[in-house]
Amino acid sequence: MISEAVSDQQAAGEQDGPQPVIVFEDVSKQYPGTTSFAVDHVSLAVQPGELIVLLGPSGCGKTTLMKMVNRLIELTSGWIYINGTPIGDVPVNALRRSIGYVIQNVGLFPHMDVARNIAVVPEMVGWDKARIATRVEELLGLVGLPATEFAKRYPRQLSGGQQQRVGLARAMAANPAVMLMDEPFAAIDSITRRRLQDELIRIQRTVRKTILFVTHDVEEALRLADKIVVMREGRVVQYDTPLHLLSRPADDFVAQLVGADDVLRGLSLIDVGTIMQPLSQPQPAVSASGAGPNLQLHSNLRHALGLFLTSGAERIVVQDERGAAVGQISFAQVRHLSVGGHVGAEE
Amino acid sequence: MTYIFENWDVVFGYTLEHLSLVGQALAIALLFALPVGVAVSRVRWLATGVLAVLGIIYTVPSLALLGFLIPFTGLGSGTLLIALVAYAQVTLVRNITLAFNGIDPAVVEAAKGMGMSGWQRLYRVEFPLALPVIFAGVRVTVLLLVGLATIGGWVAAGGLGRLLYTSLKTDDLNGVLAAALMLSLLAILADQLFRTIERFSRRDLLVRP
Repeated sequence: MISEAVSDQQAAGEQDGPQPVIVFEDVSKQYPGTTSFAVDHVSLAVQPGELIVLLGPSGCGKTTLMKMVNRLIELTSGWIYINGTPIGDVPVNALRRSIGYVIQNVGLFPHMDVARNIAVVPEMVGWDKARIATRVEELLGLVGLPATEFAKRYPRQLSGGQQQRVGLARAMAANPAVMLMDEPFAAIDSITRRRLQDELIRIQRTVRKTILFVTHDVEEALRLADKIVVMREGRVVQYDTPLHLLSRPADDFVAQLVGADDVLRGLSLIDVGTIMQPLSQPQPAVSASGAGPNLQLHSNLRHALGLFLTSGAERIVVQDERGAAVGQISFAQVRHLSVGGHVGAEE
Repeated sequence: MTYIFENWDVVFGYTLEHLSLVGQALAIALLFALPVGVAVSRVRWLATGVLAVLGIIYTVPSLALLGFLIPFTGLGSGTLLIALVAYAQVTLVRNITLAFNGIDPAVVEAAKGMGMSGWQRLYRVEFPLALPVIFAGVRVTVLLLVGLATIGGWVAAGGLGRLLYTSLKTDDLNGVLAAALMLSLLAILADQLFRTIERFSRRDLLVRP
């Protein structure tokens, strides 16, 4: 099951579609003085623009796997390629400057204001002042901190959430294709964390970076990921989409980790948009009262279930942000997804 | 007080000499202590050894240290400077090590992960962040040196120690008082000066609402 999932992935990457951006090939890490592997012969391919979450209990090797990409940890054996080039072929500091890096404790430079923090990598790679200034302003806008108000502030004058927004902006400063995020929201209170996750989803929709995101928070993983790498004791247990982790967990460990038997929770983590039957032609907005029950594209299936139960309707119209109908889902679909404990078995 | 004004030339001369001894000792001591401190903070196994040696130096009484040195370097300001520099190493290296070790590890990891070289990390991030604590160490060291330099009177190195020493010998109570007064004044002024510098070096790190 495990190897099948991995080789499927590789095969998909080799046959069609764009070249993978990050490739792990038989990568292992053994710390000196230990007999077991922290990372145990891992092979993965990551497609451009994907947000990949590395998920697992502490000590499963997820952070080690990620830090081998920018060589903060050196691998023991195997190969890692970025855009086809082995990471060992590039000078280490040049490699790191080409990869965005966000860490849990942010690590903003306390003696530099926000603008200078963001400018660090662009300065190192030789951008001119005007270009840096434009970029800083653009990035601060992107992360929701207007430059006029925040550019000249120092890190200690910012809240934890604002600091991590700056951390995100700093990591994206020189426009890296690849970003590594090491539990970036773990130290932030749950309300702000939720907001930052939404922001990251929104930002990722516009910038489409290839992101490796480490977390031990299952909800966060299911909400953010295009695909999730579930790790345990240094090995990849399953590499799949959130929907498939919930519907076809590779084993009991994965099923338990993602809580696949909690139907309502599972439904709450899947967007209406992922299972709706799209309309061939979006239809303009109709008055909400006359058209029967409707939901937004990014509402989740738990909302849908609630609406089915309270409205008694058999179908719900799905609308986009502008209120135009773009698809529909049926009660039968949701019921079908939920049969048998695991959310899914959709085929 | 009148003594000081009446003998202003002499007292002021000794004070300047004292200041110059402290200044020279501090400059030479920093030259050694900065690289040693950085090395000790970066290389873990160096720390125990170096700090132990410095601890031993610190426990040797100052007069005894001069006693050891005189057979080799004779009398004069050179001998005193060696002793002062040796003592200054202790407080300086300790504080510089503390300053670098006190930097938030997340900041260092971010700097590394962003691709700063070892030197860039040192002069763009670590040194500016360590500076306030280093200045605190310099302040403590200067106070120590102002006091210690008085033993220069015993090895013919000049400074206020000489005024104190000769006045004691000649039962010149006014001279003793004058020396003590000037020493205290030097210490207070040095303390204030370095506190101000320290605050100034912290200005970026303070919360400014």
